[in-house]
Amino acid sequence: MTAMQIIFLIVAAVTLGGALMIATSRRMMHTVLWLVLTLMGVAVLFALLQANFFSVVQVLVYIGAIAILILFGVMLTRRSMVDAGESLVHKNWWVVAVVIALLFAAIVISIQPWGAAHTPLVELMEFKEPISDLGEALVDPAAYLIPFEVSSVLLLAVMVAAIYIAVDRKGGKS
Amino acid sequence: MLSDWLYIAIFTGIALFLPGVAIFLAAVLSPKKPDPIKTSTYECGMETVGEAWVQFKVQYYVFGLIFLAFDVETVFLYPWAVAFNKVGLFAVLEAILFIAILLGGLIYAWRKGALEWV
Repeated sequence: MTAMQIIFLIVAAVTLGGALMIATSRRMMHTVLWLVLTLMGVAVLFALLQANFFSVVQVLVYIGAIAILILFGVMLTRRSMVDAGESLVHKNWWVVAVVIALLFAAIVISIQPWGAAHTPLVELMEFKEPISDLGEALVDPAAYLIPFEVSSVLLLAVMVAAIYIAVDRKGGKS
Repeated sequence: MLSDWLYIAIFTGIALFLPGVAIFLAAVLSPKKPDPIKTSTYECGMETVGEAWVQFKVQYYVFGLIFLAFDVETVFLYPWAVAFNKVGLFAVLEAILFIAILLGGLIYAWRKGALEWV
């Protein structure tokens, strides 16, 4: 077993453990913090796959912004923050576990005939700044210029809609 | 390329190790003679009122949403910035258009008073 595989197994275990804690934590606040750990584990998995840009985006957008939004969402709802409540683990959890195991087995069996499932992964030897290529493609009129500009319009729509829903109310109640 | 990530891994290890050692040493060396006044919560000498987990204002959420939009903008502009030397003036104008469209969102937020702290 190479050092890479050991790192992968540790990171995968931490990620799955975090996901398990998300499902079983009693306090909403702790759930969000476990979610951050899980997203961090996914970022490390991207790094192990040499998908550096995805790894950075994962940290920047998912941990930096989306997890913070969920955290604010929890902080805005006072009761769910204070109430620990009952354990979220249902007493018939093993039925769910069996169903999930069957689904997983069905997925594994169904992708067996697919050729790509057996392709051995090769390490990228020649590493030629793919981010630079992506940047060139984004502003190339023959490539992704229109999606690049349209995504700006999409982000504008997101901002305007968010502000309209949260702030723009007659009577000043925000 | 992976050796670059190794540096980050070493840095993460040190970043976890140093505070851990500091907290551990403080726990080992510090004398422990608790009494009710010592263990009470303090905040800059003031007596604390209520709980620490209070409900936050909805304003934080609006700031968070606007931040998310500009965060995604950063994701788009970063590859463009890396390729800045290879692309021409046209690409710079495209990026300026990209930023200008999003600037409309910022101006809308400003006009609607979403950036004011109520």
